[in-house]
Amino acid sequence: MRKLLFQSLVRTSLTEPAPSVDDAALAEVGAALANTARRRLGRSLSIREVDAGSCNGCELEIHALGNAYYDLERFGLRFVASPRHADVLLVTGPVTKNMRMALERTYNATPNPKWVVAVGDCARDGGCFAGSYAVVGGVSAVVPVDLHVPGCPPPPLEILRGLLALLETAATAQP
Amino acid sequence: MAGLNQLLRKGEIASNHRPWPRAVVTTELWHEAVAGLAGGQWHLLGLWGEPGRVHMALRDESDETIAVMTLDCERRRYPSVAQHHPPALRLERAVRDLFGLEPVGLPDPRGWLDHGNWDVRQPLAATPERAPIDKAYAFLPAEGDGLHQIPVGPVHAGIIEPGHFRFTANGETVVRLEQRFGYVHKGIEGLMMGASLEAAGKLAARTSGDSTVAYGLAFARAVEAALGIDAPPRAIWLRALMAELERIANHLGDFGAICNDASFALMQAHCAVLREKTLRAAQAAFGHRLMRDRIVPGGVAAELDGGGVSAIRTLIADIKALFPALVELYDNTASLQDRTVTTGTVKPHLARQYAPGGYVGRACGRAFDARKNFPYAPYDRLAFEVPVLDAGDVNARVWIRIREIEQSLALIAQLLEAMPQGPLRIDLPQASQTCEGMSLVEGFRGDILAWLRLDAGGGIARCHLRDPSWFQWPLLEAAIEDNIVADFPLCNKSFNCSYSGHDL
Repeated sequence: MRKLLFQSLVRTSLTEPAPSVDDAALAEVGAALANTARRRLGRSLSIREVDAGSCNGCELEIHALGNAYYDLERFGLRFVASPRHADVLLVTGPVTKNMRMALERTYNATPNPKWVVAVGDCARDGGCFAGSYAVVGGVSAVVPVDLHVPGCPPPPLEILRGLLALLETAATAQP
Repeated sequence: MAGLNQLLRKGEIASNHRPWPRAVVTTELWHEAVAGLAGGQWHLLGLWGEPGRVHMALRDESDETIAVMTLDCERRRYPSVAQHHPPALRLERAVRDLFGLEPVGLPDPRGWLDHGNWDVRQPLAATPERAPIDKAYAFLPAEGDGLHQIPVGPVHAGIIEPGHFRFTANGETVVRLEQRFGYVHKGIEGLMMGASLEAAGKLAARTSGDSTVAYGLAFARAVEAALGIDAPPRAIWLRALMAELERIANHLGDFGAICNDASFALMQAHCAVLREKTLRAAQAAFGHRLMRDRIVPGGVAAELDGGGVSAIRTLIADIKALFPALVELYDNTASLQDRTVTTGTVKPHLARQYAPGGYVGRACGRAFDARKNFPYAPYDRLAFEVPVLDAGDVNARVWIRIREIEQSLALIAQLLEAMPQGPLRIDLPQASQTCEGMSLVEGFRGDILAWLRLDAGGGIARCHLRDPSWFQWPLLEAAIEDNIVADFPLCNKSFNCSYSGHDL
């Protein structure tokens, strides 16, 4: 173990530079924030992930945000275990009817100000599961959504881009 | 008792069902088959419904045959398999929820996938009923002094799929765990009925995200079996290449995550880097990090060029250079072994009864791998071993993954070495009549069964995909008994069952 730890000290970091923030995402988030409680969050957001019916593909890529290449926490973004500690809900999947109440309750348990980021094509409109007897539809059919990150699943860099757009806007919003 | 094929011949053999036979049987033969299951002579591979009939796939270990039995359900009732053979329990509850077929004698009257939130009852029956079922759900009782319950989920603390775990504990010790699933039921089987091959293939590839290659492969092979065709050689080899990359990526992720659940974050950090390298190689080689929608009926939808080959060769070299140190670290860290050895042990008699696939089965003495037992191309021409251990604990499941990563690395080297040239895809013939196909494919988690019927127009009449988790989840309930609550994440991650693949 000592050898592995030592190598980590002398080798260069794997972490890659931050992606530029997508203009479209900035515009979407900016519009959303204009209507929410404006408060400086000190460039730090706590995120609660909610799988509302996904195939687990989006979760894999959200997990990857924590690896050495993307290193999410350097931006002040971190995943928390409870919605009561969260500023942002990162919601994946078409919302299934069996998860609808759990998503609503999670949203209600999250203190204001809060933002909802819908991750993946299914989270926008239900994707290929739209129209099923067991599916409500996209995330916005159940809770208000501030930002969509498209993709099936979106690569970690795209999710990061979306979260950074949110962070930029949240930090610069006037109190 | 007669062999499975002998038994099947007493029924009415269905035409156009490939590659294994299917027969419509009488109630007497159904009972005989259930007795064979209960007696341990055969293994249950799957049980699924259709409006008015139920199908059961069985495996005879003695001569490696697979057969499907179909029973027409008079007045929508059939004799329960689960009353004699518990592994069928959840499958029968699911079939009842979806098709309204009543398993007579089933010891559990509760719903499984249906939580009372759909607008209809029995949505896939010929005539669904309007009124939803009652939302109330009674968990099994546990009685005794000083017991308390801990409800967990469906929204968990980690970034994982939703499901509910109801623990009954005495102090720190788990007395009973009861799982409740169905939260991510999306109605995949319903959406597939009447879907085009393309739409159904997309749904299959989104059944369980971590196994998107394996599901794509299982679906494509079942379609090809139904149509009686084979994909071109190069496509078959590229499929195997993707399947082994997927296996490595998932096993690496699990290895790190299991250690992380024992608070050994260093392993997670290193494994996550190797996993990321694997996904990036997949992106370079096949244009998608998870290689989703790259396998299609008739072949593959992505060519592997020189750049892709060198990306994969670099990946193999990287893993070979870095992985042994991690294995050594795992083996030599006493505090980590203290958490994994003798934790979450699956008992051998349950492993025989439930016949779980993948690392869950192979970690407790079950030498089954669809690539070996029912070898499909190109695995019949490749050299690899199926690692098997007997201990059945978290540690054994970790070691099976380690050995399988090594085997998959060797397989990829062989695949790249002898990759045939030629076309990637053939046009599918138009099905002139109804035909049925099935396949058994080894995903990273275990064997995935795909069964489907194509209608004369070439669309999907019915498709059922059976995730390996169906026979693994119940064993987790048993494995956690007498362990401490704090070891549950460790046990759960070492099983890493699918929620979405199970809930469909």
